[in-house]
Amino acid sequence: MTDSAAMKRTPLNAAHRALGARMVEFGGWEMPVQYKGIIEEHKAVRERVGIFDTCHMGEFVVQGAGAMPLLQYGTSNDVAKLEEGQAQYSFMTNEQGGVEDDCLVYRFPDHHYVVVNAAPLAADFQRLSHLADDQQIGDVVLRNLSDETGKLDVQGPLAAALVQKFTDTDLAGLKYYYATQGPVAGVPCRISRTGYTGEDGFELFFPIAEVERVWNLFVAAGAEPCGLGCRDTLRLESSLPLSGSDVSPDPARNPVSAGFGRFVRFDKDSDFCGKAALQAFKDNPNAPKLINFEVIGRGVARVHYPIVDGSGTVVGEVTSGTYAPSLDKNVGMGWVTPNLAAVGTELAVTVRNQPIAIRVIKRPMYKRSR
Amino acid sequence: MNNPQDCKYTKDHEWVRVDGDSAMMGLADYAQSQLGDMVFVGDLPTVGDQLKQGDSAGALESVKAAADFYAPIGGEVLEVNALLLDDPGVLNRDPYGEGWILKLRPSNAATDLANLMDAAAYDEYEKAQG
Repeated sequence: MTDSAAMKRTPLNAAHRALGARMVEFGGWEMPVQYKGIIEEHKAVRERVGIFDTCHMGEFVVQGAGAMPLLQYGTSNDVAKLEEGQAQYSFMTNEQGGVEDDCLVYRFPDHHYVVVNAAPLAADFQRLSHLADDQQIGDVVLRNLSDETGKLDVQGPLAAALVQKFTDTDLAGLKYYYATQGPVAGVPCRISRTGYTGEDGFELFFPIAEVERVWNLFVAAGAEPCGLGCRDTLRLESSLPLSGSDVSPDPARNPVSAGFGRFVRFDKDSDFCGKAALQAFKDNPNAPKLINFEVIGRGVARVHYPIVDGSGTVVGEVTSGTYAPSLDKNVGMGWVTPNLAAVGTELAVTVRNQPIAIRVIKRPMYKRSR
Repeated sequence: MNNPQDCKYTKDHEWVRVDGDSAMMGLADYAQSQLGDMVFVGDLPTVGDQLKQGDSAGALESVKAAADFYAPIGGEVLEVNALLLDDPGVLNRDPYGEGWILKLRPSNAATDLANLMDAAAYDEYEKAQG
């Protein structure tokens, strides 16, 4: 923690410490990895309701007649399909088809709203600005609201009941992957029914000065403080990719080969960055594939461990791996040669120079029952 | 600090408690709390193995991280804690008791122990980890 002074801090830093959080560096930010323990926090989200500080993430507003053309070119999903108040998951793909970042794109009445990850935030913003120039897209105003926006994720089967206590907005009427604007705890808020856990829940965007007060209210009302540790186990169990690892700027880890083609709309009424390269990946039967796997042998597969076939030949690499508390087994994701990607295929991961058996399983590895 | 007075400690946060010609050893409280929820213990030596001080003597994995366990002193392995294989969480719950990892017959106790910290020195060392 010697470079802790260089790390950015959210307004909740002191609150996390007071709750006994263990702090780690993440994407240039000092963030809580856990409070009571990753497994306990994971189960709180699966069974009740947890709250995450996600103030480190980025928010952009895109406005003007050029907003739609810019986002159509700069992201892989079809922005024209968005109804007012709807959100879509998407990728910011580069010319080679790799993923610079994944994001959510929202359509609000007079603007679009884009939510991105913390580490690539500044580069994402620059990239969109440059694309507007390169593509000669006029009448577009791009604003980075990340510094003035505080974000809290309230996730779990009891999330709606908890948030409803603090707002007059009828949350029962807010469908999954839709958002609205209205006061929460008396504070102007974007209320988005989305998340990164595989559970029902909300991503709430507040003016940054209010976020600590709202955090304290929600925690007092029973939301379990949850760190980045369980955020990772929750998203991995739900087979949600980690941008920068499972998909990444490396075109070999593009979203089409990863099996996320439904978020890459070749049929949209616009060219988009990386379209030609991604079409080539789609047509290439030899392109590596992203698998989900369970560990059959004894051991935990971790990121960067080699994946080998029965003869010990390296056929791929683990890009996410951990113990999955709700499945009570060790699972992961990794890239392998395409002939080994079928569900049921048995491979091995090299753990401390020993092969540990794994089996390709279907995604999502965890799906909520409701 | 809950570090028992009757143990000696390594810089890698292992503890050892010598009792006659048997020595019990495990992972210090600081290390288990840093690693968090333990989910896997493997690569333990087998009874009869000869270990030297500092030899790798187990793989410990939490949800978030992997760590090696190094023998704080050398000797012949008398017993490994089979409970850890089924319930690695005992490393978190009771690191100095039920969560012990190995028992050895020390081969070189006086020299090996002289390289380790007593509880007071280890408390200071732990504080300095921040």
